[in-house]
Amino acid sequence: MMAAASDSLAQPVDLREPTGWRRSKNQIMTILMWLAFVIVLIPLGFVLVTLVAKGAAAISWQFLTNSTIPPNVLPLGTGGMGAAVVGTLEVTGFASLIAIPLGVLGAVYLNEYGGNRILAQLISFMSNVMTGVPSIVMGLFIYIIWVTHFGYSGLAGSFALACLMLPIVIRSSYEMLRLVPDSLRQGSYALGASKARVTLTIVLPAALSGIVSGALLAVARAAGETAPVLFTMLTVEQTNSNLFSGPNTTLPFQIFMNAQSAYVGANARAWGAALTLVAITFILMIAARIITSLFTRNTR
Amino acid sequence: MEEQQDQLNVQQDQEVLPKLAVPDTAPRDKFNGTAIFDVQNTSIYYGSFRAVTDVSLTVYENEITAFIGPSGCGKTTVLRSLNRMNDLITGARLEGDIHYRGVNLYGKDVSPIAVRRRIGMVFQKANPFPKSIYDNIAYGPRINGIRNKGRLDEIVERSLKQAALWDEVKDRLNKSGLGLSGGQAQRLCIARTLAVEPDVVLMDEPCSALDPIATGRIEDLMQEIKSRYTIVIVTHNMQQATRVSDRTAFYSVLRDEKSDTRTGVLVEYGSTAQIFGDPQDSRTQAYVTGRMG
Amino acid sequence: MSTVTKADPAIPAGSANALNARRPLGDRGFQILALAAGLLVLVILVLITYTTAQQSVTWFSGGFKDIFQVAFDGNTHFGAMGVLFGTVISSVIGVIIGVPVSIGIALLLTQVVSVRWARPFVYVIDLLAVVPSVVWGLWGIIVLVPWLQKIYLDIASGVKGIPVLDALFGGSNVGGASFFTAGLILAIMITPIITSLSREVIATVPDIDKEGAYALGATRWEMIRGAVWPHSQGGVVGAILIGFGRAMGETIAVALVIGDSVEVSSHLFYSGHSIAAIIALQFGEATGGEFRSALIGLGLFLFVLTILVNLVARWFVERSARRARGA
Repeated sequence: MMAAASDSLAQPVDLREPTGWRRSKNQIMTILMWLAFVIVLIPLGFVLVTLVAKGAAAISWQFLTNSTIPPNVLPLGTGGMGAAVVGTLEVTGFASLIAIPLGVLGAVYLNEYGGNRILAQLISFMSNVMTGVPSIVMGLFIYIIWVTHFGYSGLAGSFALACLMLPIVIRSSYEMLRLVPDSLRQGSYALGASKARVTLTIVLPAALSGIVSGALLAVARAAGETAPVLFTMLTVEQTNSNLFSGPNTTLPFQIFMNAQSAYVGANARAWGAALTLVAITFILMIAARIITSLFTRNTR
Repeated sequence: MEEQQDQLNVQQDQEVLPKLAVPDTAPRDKFNGTAIFDVQNTSIYYGSFRAVTDVSLTVYENEITAFIGPSGCGKTTVLRSLNRMNDLITGARLEGDIHYRGVNLYGKDVSPIAVRRRIGMVFQKANPFPKSIYDNIAYGPRINGIRNKGRLDEIVERSLKQAALWDEVKDRLNKSGLGLSGGQAQRLCIARTLAVEPDVVLMDEPCSALDPIATGRIEDLMQEIKSRYTIVIVTHNMQQATRVSDRTAFYSVLRDEKSDTRTGVLVEYGSTAQIFGDPQDSRTQAYVTGRMG
Repeated sequence: MSTVTKADPAIPAGSANALNARRPLGDRGFQILALAAGLLVLVILVLITYTTAQQSVTWFSGGFKDIFQVAFDGNTHFGAMGVLFGTVISSVIGVIIGVPVSIGIALLLTQVVSVRWARPFVYVIDLLAVVPSVVWGLWGIIVLVPWLQKIYLDIASGVKGIPVLDALFGGSNVGGASFFTAGLILAIMITPIITSLSREVIATVPDIDKEGAYALGATRWEMIRGAVWPHSQGGVVGAILIGFGRAMGETIAVALVIGDSVEVSSHLFYSGHSIAAIIALQFGEATGGEFRSALIGLGLFLFVLTILVNLVARWFVERSARRARGA
């Protein structure tokens, strides 16, 4: 006993940093973590720089609006991607019209009505799983049940994209609905509101900003998809503004086709279309962010 | 002139905001007045857990009835059963009878939505909707079909005046209801409840999150509106019960040693003066003199 | 004081059914609508399975020997093995390269960078996620492939003769468009999702556990190993599997950079093909009954495969989340 006490008094108190291997290991690991981030910056920066440089060279008002898509062999200057721009806007727009209301309703079912029931758990689980289904499978699916009977059209493409968007919208809307505090629902019930009214007049408005921003991200994703569009819309050389009949084309499709071509003109058009597509996606993403930050500030 | 106006308003209310329309079978007592709630041998279960056992009491019109007791004695459970808010909890079940103005509240044909229109509730923590003050109050009337802006304006002003909040917010009715202080927010919720002109107002510890001054304001409010409404309040604060209530029901926890289960029971119910001045049951006496709970 | 007196409730203003329950028609209808929308998910999944299975019967009835061969030429050979190899190999490469980077970033953002500064980093990751697959493919085929071709040739000549390395990185048919390039692009593309899922999982580690490690005098890395990792293990594995599933299903970028020849080979710098890519590239030209049936069958195969991987992955993630909540 006494010996131990005098021992501890005799030793100097050492409060220095752990030396040697422990310290270096910690530092190395921290450096590696930073390195991981830098590694990811490289291809991202590379792509964005190339995209802007080569894309900007191709983009012009004519490029964006001219309704005739030139054959691959022609250089830049003739025709434009107007057909693809219109097609993208129409097809993605209609897909959103289908998928967003259905997705929000599905999330309403899961959060407000489903509770712990087996069916609700199953739907929730499978929605998550469905977000991982390759988009090309959606394209095949719509091809089999729609295109073989009704032919190629922008509508078929919309259906395929809607299948893709549905689970994404369900998931993000569900997370937003979960965040609405139950005390708001109770207050509404106590005033004699029915469940549907509580949901429509209190819960959905409260979760609206989150739902909208989640939906915008789903739209951005759909706009950039190529595979679902491959077998459902064929392609066109002239703008087809009729969504419901006749083949159509979108920006991702044109990029895909032009990328495989050996012609310089085609490649240049691919870059222009790519920059346009990324710009559209970017705008949607920024809009989503703005809505989120705007409205979370407003309610407090 | 004012009387004519009142008659007119009464007519309008009867048409647009359907007032209570039940045959007058409500039991009347020469001394006590109309029985609003008649609770008989009621036990309430959450799944297999019996939260309250065999409660019987009568709530009378235009009185303030207080439910007091230690934590876990079921007073909030009983309160929530009076406007069928327990229906929202899965597994909640009621045995026994609760009659409201002579009608079986849990009868086959009774709509919980209609019940809650007539029996309003103010919660422990103020829960204003993330809407403007105006829209908070107008919410109830709107879902009951009132769209006319003039009428809504009138209802909003009247409700806020009744809740003693009008002067403080009349210039900012379109500002968010979330921007109010705790006491103001709770008065907003009271105004919101009053806007649908209920018959009864249930209050679940409405002042527990408020400071003494805000609490005093709400207690004054309760006294003012009691001539027009029937109020049942759950409170942890015995002084509050003595200040505001006409009748008091004292609940406690009954522990069954054999099965190690607990359940809430109504120990004693009577006028507030009698409960606090001359408690008949020893448990009541222990609680109100501060020896327990 | 009051401008309105309450109506006398004793006056009957109609029959005694004011408390009547008739659940408003709209209320019931809304519930049914919401249920239908939710069921749509299940309906679509079942329909996909059914319709693709029906259309691929021709292919399946060709016999298992036919399906289990490597070659797929759209004419006489409709084997699945070659493309399956390409899918798996490129996805594995993608995971091997992408996972350390993703976990590194996830740890960086949760343990190293303070919450206030984490946001710009998250924006960068989101930016990475929002670039469409076809743009990665475009960049891949026009910029990356020619550039990598030179590098691959150099490596191939460098490892010539060395036993294992030559088998992997050598060979005479080395090309820029190859399994490895596809794997590289896949790594870039799955990083955002693995990172974000891992971040979610790591963020659920209770602070007390972390403080416990620090209180014993641990360095940050030791704390991560001792307190964070055991908690998030399962969830991170789930995140990795989800990334793997995404990689297997990735179609367009892979189609553009994997080369266009179906073969099984140990040489990672050789051209190959993947299930999704071959469907994308050849469906338009598939006119023959068995050709089309084979491609649809491959689609069904991919569908089932990705669902299985996702099921296992979600199970991991949910199990880890449940543990975190229980703890």
